[in-house]
Amino acid sequence: MITGALRQTGRLFALAAEVSRAIFRRPFQFREFVEQFWFVAGVTILPAALVSIPFGAVIALQVGSLTQQLGAQSFTGGASVLAVVQQASPLIVALLIAGAGGSAICADLGSRKIREELDAMEVMGVSPVQRLVVPRVLATMGVAVLLNGLVSVVGTLGGYFFNVILQDGTPGAYLSSFSALAQPADLYISELKALVFGFIAGIVAAYRGLNPRGGPKGVGDAVNQSVVITFLLLFFVNMVMTALYLQIVPPKGG
Amino acid sequence: MGIEVVVEGLTKSFGEQSIWRDVTLTLPAGEVSVMLGPSGTGKTVFLKSLIGLLKPEKGRVLINGVDMVNSPERDIYETRKLFGLMFQDGALFGSMSLFDNIAFPLREHTRKKESEIRRIVMERIEVVGLLGAEGKLPGEISGGMRKRAGLARALVLDPQIILCDEPDSGLDPVRTAYLSQLLIDLNAQIDATMLIVTHNLDIAATVPDNMGMLFRRELVTFGPREVLLTSEEPVVAQFLDGRREGPIGMSEEKDAATLAAEAGAAGTAPPRPRRIVPQLEPSPGLPPRRAVARRRERVMSMIEQLPPAARSALREADARNAGAPTLPMPAAGSGA
Repeated sequence: MITGALRQTGRLFALAAEVSRAIFRRPFQFREFVEQFWFVAGVTILPAALVSIPFGAVIALQVGSLTQQLGAQSFTGGASVLAVVQQASPLIVALLIAGAGGSAICADLGSRKIREELDAMEVMGVSPVQRLVVPRVLATMGVAVLLNGLVSVVGTLGGYFFNVILQDGTPGAYLSSFSALAQPADLYISELKALVFGFIAGIVAAYRGLNPRGGPKGVGDAVNQSVVITFLLLFFVNMVMTALYLQIVPPKGG
Repeated sequence: MGIEVVVEGLTKSFGEQSIWRDVTLTLPAGEVSVMLGPSGTGKTVFLKSLIGLLKPEKGRVLINGVDMVNSPERDIYETRKLFGLMFQDGALFGSMSLFDNIAFPLREHTRKKESEIRRIVMERIEVVGLLGAEGKLPGEISGGMRKRAGLARALVLDPQIILCDEPDSGLDPVRTAYLSQLLIDLNAQIDATMLIVTHNLDIAATVPDNMGMLFRRELVTFGPREVLLTSEEPVVAQFLDGRREGPIGMSEEKDAATLAAEAGAAGTAPPRPRRIVPQLEPSPGLPPRRAVARRRERVMSMIEQLPPAARSALREADARNAGAPTLPMPAAGSGA
């Protein structure tokens, strides 16, 4: 049981290493990359934007209510924007990429595997990792980074709207507390997180897709597992990255 | 000319279950070989091991000095370009048209211009008789057509070694006969080493130069076709006659008790003497197969070590082919 889990983990890391190496190997599959990028972006943009508005609002309302009770209402802006940019946005992006893009990638690779298409490719001397997996992983990473920008902006605007209109916050206090607490490093870590989460989502989807167990049912199971495994990994990695960031980068307000 | 494939002491198992042990054989360059075996004896696994898709635990597969089992991945990928493998159900890319499927190896491995790719692909499509279907998706055509498209794709890079996994499964007898002829014609045209894995007796009787058989987790025998076709080995005889009496059972192999009961039972028909059908010739207009001459030389040099029945069958075939005896007359004591 434990050795089984360790073996799977080892293989996952081996695939991650292989993909990282294959990214720099010629020829680069540009066409496949563009197609996959377009596909992943297409299935994630709209849901991401729609999720980010209420998410920004919820954070703004909750933080606003707390700060109001503490008498620190003027800091609502800074606090809620940082929460959205650093935590909410990369996670929303990653969940959508894994749920919408990753599941499709996993199902695609899985059905190719059981139809022996991947074996046929290998037999023709073409590496499926380089030909299929690398463009997909790069696509999830690229879309994650760009989408993270979109979600941050939309989420922040949503938070601003709810705080100023519904909770009677003042626009001036919102903006000044934001510029007092936020710094560029917050945005960098947000984008770095999105990049890493996109990589994880792509690798896990590819790994489960390349190793389905037994027929069409196995592909379905693999898709399901790939989404669950990605979620587990995301929250764990997010915790580690957040803890490191808070230790390494000095807070601006302090 | 094709490339020799040397297999030494190959052993493969999945977990506890051993598939076959210690398989040693040589596929002679440019000749057509057939690997027979009842269902479930690991024939497909053997093919996939030759090309390095599966990794046997022990042994080597040598092709041009590259060991397909243990060499670095990069060498294996390079060597695979010498291969054409025809999968059991074609293994075509479902999202591409037949044309794109067949053009895939050319686009990946060569820098040919699109017009030239088109010429080569259409040529191959014509060889396998699929003209007019090149724009269809694999899901829109029959199983037999998929198989032939898979063969066309395997041929497009002018492979030196062609492996066919059950070329007959899902084909009617007429199409199987056409396919047999197609394989022989191909061999005459490009002189590639070929290995066909099958349990079809017609293909086994008419196509190969050499035959082998896998049973009970080992290679029963491998050698010139006459050796297997005249073999008295119970497994081989049972298989070639398609009888129920013998060591091969429904599930796997029979146990000793069943076998003894069978031997004791009266009324089992005595095995009929098998007649050796002449091998297929290339279609008229094609060059003769260069493998034939090479094989004659090779077989004649080892003829004294072959069993007597095989020896006489070989001499008979030789006399028929040459039209005149080119062999030393049977020496005294040559049997038969």
